[in-house]
Amino acid sequence: MSLQIKPILIALRRHKAGTVLIALQIALTLAIVCNALFIIHQRLANMSDVSGVDEANVFVIKNQWAVDQSTQQVDAQVRADLLALRQLPGVRDAAPASGYPLQGGGWDNFVTMTPDQVEPTTDSAVYTGDEHLLDTLGVHLIAGRNFHPDEVVELGTQQAIIPPVAIVSKTLADRLFPDGSALGKSFYAMGATPSTIIGIVDPLHRQGTGQWNQPYAGQSLIWPLRADDARGIFYIVRAKPGQLAAAMREAPKALYAQSRMRMIDPKDGIQDYAEIRHKAYDSDRGMAILMGIISVVLLAITAAGIVGLTSFWVGERRKQIGVRRALGATRGDILNYFLTENLLIGIGGVLVGAVLAIGINLWMVTQFETARLSLTYVATGVVALLLLGQAAVLAPALRASHVSPVEATRSV
Amino acid sequence: MFSYYLDLALRSLRRNKALTALMVVAIALGIGASMTTLTVLHVLSGDPLPGKSAQLYYAQVDPQDIKGMQPNKEPPDQVTLIDGLNLLHAGRADHQALMSGGSVPVQPEQSSLDPFYVEARYTTADFFAMFDAPFLYGHGWTAADGEAKARAVVIARSLNDKLFGGANSVGRTLRMAGTSFRVVGVLDSWQPNPHFYDLNTGSYAYGEQVFLPLQTMLELRLDRNGSTDCWGNGGGGVGSILPSDSCVWLQFWAQLDSPAKAAAYKEFLVHYSQDQKALGRFERAPNVRLRNVMQWLDYQMVVPDDVRLQNGLAFGFLLVCLVNTVGLMLAKFMRRAGELGVRRALGASRRALFAQLLIESGVVGLVGGFGGLLLALFGLWLVRQRPSAYAALAHLDLSMLFTTFVLAVCATLLAGLLPAWRACQIAPTLQLKSN
Repeated sequence: MSLQIKPILIALRRHKAGTVLIALQIALTLAIVCNALFIIHQRLANMSDVSGVDEANVFVIKNQWAVDQSTQQVDAQVRADLLALRQLPGVRDAAPASGYPLQGGGWDNFVTMTPDQVEPTTDSAVYTGDEHLLDTLGVHLIAGRNFHPDEVVELGTQQAIIPPVAIVSKTLADRLFPDGSALGKSFYAMGATPSTIIGIVDPLHRQGTGQWNQPYAGQSLIWPLRADDARGIFYIVRAKPGQLAAAMREAPKALYAQSRMRMIDPKDGIQDYAEIRHKAYDSDRGMAILMGIISVVLLAITAAGIVGLTSFWVGERRKQIGVRRALGATRGDILNYFLTENLLIGIGGVLVGAVLAIGINLWMVTQFETARLSLTYVATGVVALLLLGQAAVLAPALRASHVSPVEATRSV
Repeated sequence: MFSYYLDLALRSLRRNKALTALMVVAIALGIGASMTTLTVLHVLSGDPLPGKSAQLYYAQVDPQDIKGMQPNKEPPDQVTLIDGLNLLHAGRADHQALMSGGSVPVQPEQSSLDPFYVEARYTTADFFAMFDAPFLYGHGWTAADGEAKARAVVIARSLNDKLFGGANSVGRTLRMAGTSFRVVGVLDSWQPNPHFYDLNTGSYAYGEQVFLPLQTMLELRLDRNGSTDCWGNGGGGVGSILPSDSCVWLQFWAQLDSPAKAAAYKEFLVHYSQDQKALGRFERAPNVRLRNVMQWLDYQMVVPDDVRLQNGLAFGFLLVCLVNTVGLMLAKFMRRAGELGVRRALGASRRALFAQLLIESGVVGLVGGFGGLLLALFGLWLVRQRPSAYAALAHLDLSMLFTTFVLAVCATLLAGLLPAWRACQIAPTLQLKSN
């Protein structure tokens, strides 16, 4: 093997342009595919985030009010609606809300440890609900207690109320109090008065799924508020196991029976969590699929390019191959020659490609706030491309090894 | 001569069908992918008001507390109500408009229609003239109407079709949020993309159905949408009370017809800030910005990151496809050294050979470009099936169609340049002898 490298290098010097082009193509392919795979991995990781919700049984009704009402009127209607929903045979529980996990975006507040802190400690998604919310979502209370009914107050249109108690996600609790002592402690969320942590749930996803939320992933808090907004409200409903479809059919009928002065969009007014999750991660899924297609096509084109170019070289060198065979080289020697030649070009290509891959990633970090490329991806990509090159060169190399020694005596 | 070269090129391409197909497919894929993403990028980063956007400026002042001040930090993205009204009443620009967004419930007179919500823009009289909003019937309200808190409304064509069957509804009554409004104008279809004048409502494919005087909205306390940012002890507004004066929630636009006027207006904003500081309202040193439409869109980074990422990726892909083609062409041309040698020996000049080879690569480029165009149309169709707000906008226009072909042919000619040049370099005698 080692003996062959020197003559190969000398031969390659006669095909400088072709060699450089194959190496360049391998380098660019490696750089793009590494980054594409890394992006695919990130998006898939996003999509498998746990929401904390009992997704198999929960659905959300977007209820808009058709007439202008006072906060008191809205509150009375909301209470009546919830009572009606909870009495449905297929429904386990229902709760009022101003937003829900995986909604796509929603209310979030900066959180500070003291009221006059200038730079916020962190950011938290804000959910509102009554004492039924935890059971309705199906989130797990791992410490402390749920809200008492008398702690829940009404929140009018665009009103700013900071309740004295809050339930927070474990991620937020650990961020604010890393020593694990969050229960009973207080924090400030863009208000002059503190909220005391009375319960901790784990996990509870934010409403948002976009890039922006990444640094604050899993940080959320629940305030005991009934969102009596004059515009509308979300009703979160948890069906009894196996009765989701029935409950989704009955719920709007029950609401319209309460009052006609509401609007529930027939198209997307009622969504189960399968649909919510599908929508929330639509762009992530699209991006992952696109990156996947581009990577596969790119690898195919590179492989085809190697096959094409090597075939030409084999055709061009038939006479030389014949001479070598006549002088005693075995078929294995010829095969080896082309495989080694491709390996050498491949190594040159992946070296440049690895540097390029890291360079592109560094540029993307500045442009798109993506994470740093893990070297595992580069290493995997390097191995994959070298193997691809060997596989691609195999067919032309085999053809070369079948060149008969007689060719040496023929003129083309 | 050209047709002869073309004939030679076609013959040569036909000789290696698989190879020709590979080159064409690679070019088509590269062009198709990059044109799809480039078209999306082109649509999304387009000028919403061509010819006018350079004269429209978005004003920012900094009314925040001294607490939390950092050097070189941008002022808030919107203005407070008091600053907005002050700037509006100062009237230093050729036109100016103060605005915010919201939604109002419409109660149709027809019993067949259930009440529904429509997106609303609360703004001032100059809005329509400034943004070249086309009227189908009637016109906007006057500044005096606005100050008088007139119950006047301009509606969009789609709402006019829905409520009034497309007839001239000027003078008719529209009940919204429990109040009767008189229709003063109907806009023709109008939806600037991006929705530059207020990006809080979503950047693309967003259009208001009703336009109301801001002063009327302030009196009736109609619902607001969009972003409200407060500082200090500012509250987002309780119940039907508006946000306090330490909250920004409105957009202020000024039309300034010349760069000199724009510079003077920026001076005015600085003076205004100084005056407000002297009055004790502002605590910070003057910190103002005045950006025209395109600068504002750029600053707000309105094009989604994913779209820019896809575009970068697609051009990387095109580059690999081109390198691939260069390699294959090089091999192909070098393989024909013998044939080229004969032609040289028979008197063909180097230039003639070069032209012949370039025509061959040009043919590959043309066919690949055509394939790429079909792929781009297919790609854009795929984009339009996506649920994102901008998806419906992804259409190939004439300029992009032209760009596709130019890109394809230039790219392949460029790809053929090196191989053709290399093939022409070898001396004819050497070519003949080696065989």
